Amino acid sequence: METFLHQLVAGFATGGIYASVALALVMIYQATHNINFAQGELAMFATYICWSLINAGVPYWVAFFSTIAISFCLGVLIERIIIRPVERAPVLTVVTVFLGLLFILNSMAGWIFTYTIKSFPSPFPKHPPFGWTFISSHELGAVGVTLVVLTLLYCFFRFTPLGLAMRAAAQNPDSSRLVGIRVGWMLALGWGLAAAIGSTAGMMVAPIVFLDPNMMSGILLYAFAAALVGGIDSPGGAVLGGFLVGILENIVGAYLIGTELKLTVALVLIVGVLVVRPAGLFGKVIVTRV
Amino acid sequence: MNELVRKKLEPLPLVAIALLLLAACALPFFLSNYSTFQLTMVLVYAIALLGLNILTGYNGQISLGHGAFYAIGAYATAVLMDKFGWPYWATLPVAAAVCLLAGFLFGLPALRLEGPYLALATFALAIALPQILKYKHLEEWTGGVQGIVIMKPESPIATLFGQKMNSDRWLYFVTLAVTVLMFVIGWNLLRGRIGRALVAIRDQPVAAASMGIDNAMYKSLAFGVSAMFTGVAGALSAIVVAFVAPDSFTVFLSLSLMVGMVIGGLASIWGALFGALVVQFVPNVADHISKAAPGAIYGAMLILFMYVMPTGIVGAIRLAWGKLRRLRKS
Repeated sequence: METFLHQLVAGFATGGIYASVALALVMIYQATHNINFAQGELAMFATYICWSLINAGVPYWVAFFSTIAISFCLGVLIERIIIRPVERAPVLTVVTVFLGLLFILNSMAGWIFTYTIKSFPSPFPKHPPFGWTFISSHELGAVGVTLVVLTLLYCFFRFTPLGLAMRAAAQNPDSSRLVGIRVGWMLALGWGLAAAIGSTAGMMVAPIVFLDPNMMSGILLYAFAAALVGGIDSPGGAVLGGFLVGILENIVGAYLIGTELKLTVALVLIVGVLVVRPAGLFGKVIVTRV
Repeated sequence: MNELVRKKLEPLPLVAIALLLLAACALPFFLSNYSTFQLTMVLVYAIALLGLNILTGYNGQISLGHGAFYAIGAYATAVLMDKFGWPYWATLPVAAAVCLLAGFLFGLPALRLEGPYLALATFALAIALPQILKYKHLEEWTGGVQGIVIMKPESPIATLFGQKMNSDRWLYFVTLAVTVLMFVIGWNLLRGRIGRALVAIRDQPVAAASMGIDNAMYKSLAFGVSAMFTGVAGALSAIVVAFVAPDSFTVFLSLSLMVGMVIGGLASIWGALFGALVVQFVPNVADHISKAAPGAIYGAMLILFMYVMPTGIVGAIRLAWGKLRRLRKS
């Protein structure tokens, strides 16, 4: 029972990380109907920035928040400079540009920070909280950070004029433009926010998986699965999907097939959801008119 | 794309192809064994890229996971040679058949996926692949993390035209023969009815269906044939390298194939050759700068080509050729 509880809670903790990355994917998908293959590498690069800040002697939380700010700017810049020219291009072109971005971020990280695996500090205490044995402080902290991020985002989109404008721009760009919303900048802001959310996920997962340029590939795969399970155009669904997939991964890994095939579980989930119910649990079923 | 409509070859390209073949036959006698091996790998990649191009370039189904079919072909050959003692040449048709089937089966669910979703599913396949190959219950066949070492086939003839015929040169000629065969098959497939149907499905699926093209059939067949080409390339690579292991088939391989196809030229048979040169030699040269350089150069090339020359190297050559002709006329 104890181990089961531990698996469940650990799944919840990693699920929070998948949920964050999935949410970042959904934000970009909603605005542009593109799947950002470089999302994981963006988060990884942000984590390296945080690592170098901490190594330079900056206190953890200062480094944490400056990394979020830097990631936001990076996301906005990437949208403005690299993505904007291919906004209306065919799918293959956009996918190719995302792959180019993935290659560049990955090798830049390797170039600047080398490929040796680094340990990344956790801001939370080493001993388990309140004497509980089934959860580590870092896991609890990661869940907490994820929930804070999600709440902030929800409030931003629900209660601020800017959030409303962003939602409008994503839903109906033409009408939004008519009422004076600068749609292009809303897209850039969306990219910035997605990069910022992704960076928190990267910084929360790095103490668990250690820091190296390829650390996000598995996590990105699970985030894809999470976004698809929840419905790729539904932010709430993506969050729920993240937690579901995280728990599923841990339970299946512990009791059914072992840890060696974890990525294959994600592959099966992705193909399964896409084939059986492409809209996911909460997504809109797309009907095209011929 | 124009090649499709052109029914017969003009004399000029025919002469060019003959010269190219002649040069390809003569080259290994002037090169070191290692350079010959590199050239062999260029041919191998050319076959794989032609396969990917049939699917993505001509039929518009984006695959980021073609490394998987490359790996299946390579493992089919390695297992047959290592566990069953088959001669290397006999494994090629089997690898082709296995990959045709595997591609066709993967193509069935892929029918329901469009654009970015298919890219996503195949991307997942590429990432998960090494793990599946390492799986302990398959270890008896695949050799697990260690992979399989196979014997490099010896050349059956000792000398040719007074030149030594070592195993590197022999394998080069075997690969060249297979490459020519595959390109002729590919060219025949794409220039006629089937090629037009594939392009029609890519550009106007609804119109294609209403003209009587069986979209589902053609799309899954394109997947199968494409996987077969790539699988043959994988099988050849296993023979040439004499070694297969899960870590030679990472997501980097799949993405490299994608890079080669895009840079060589989408929907172009010749693009496969140019792409293969890029995939083989860019990492080779860039590795001298830094371990990270190949990725950085690939990424920069991808984005740059998408902005400036979406039709790849072949598109650039065609553009230059057209300008030259117009200049001469005026």
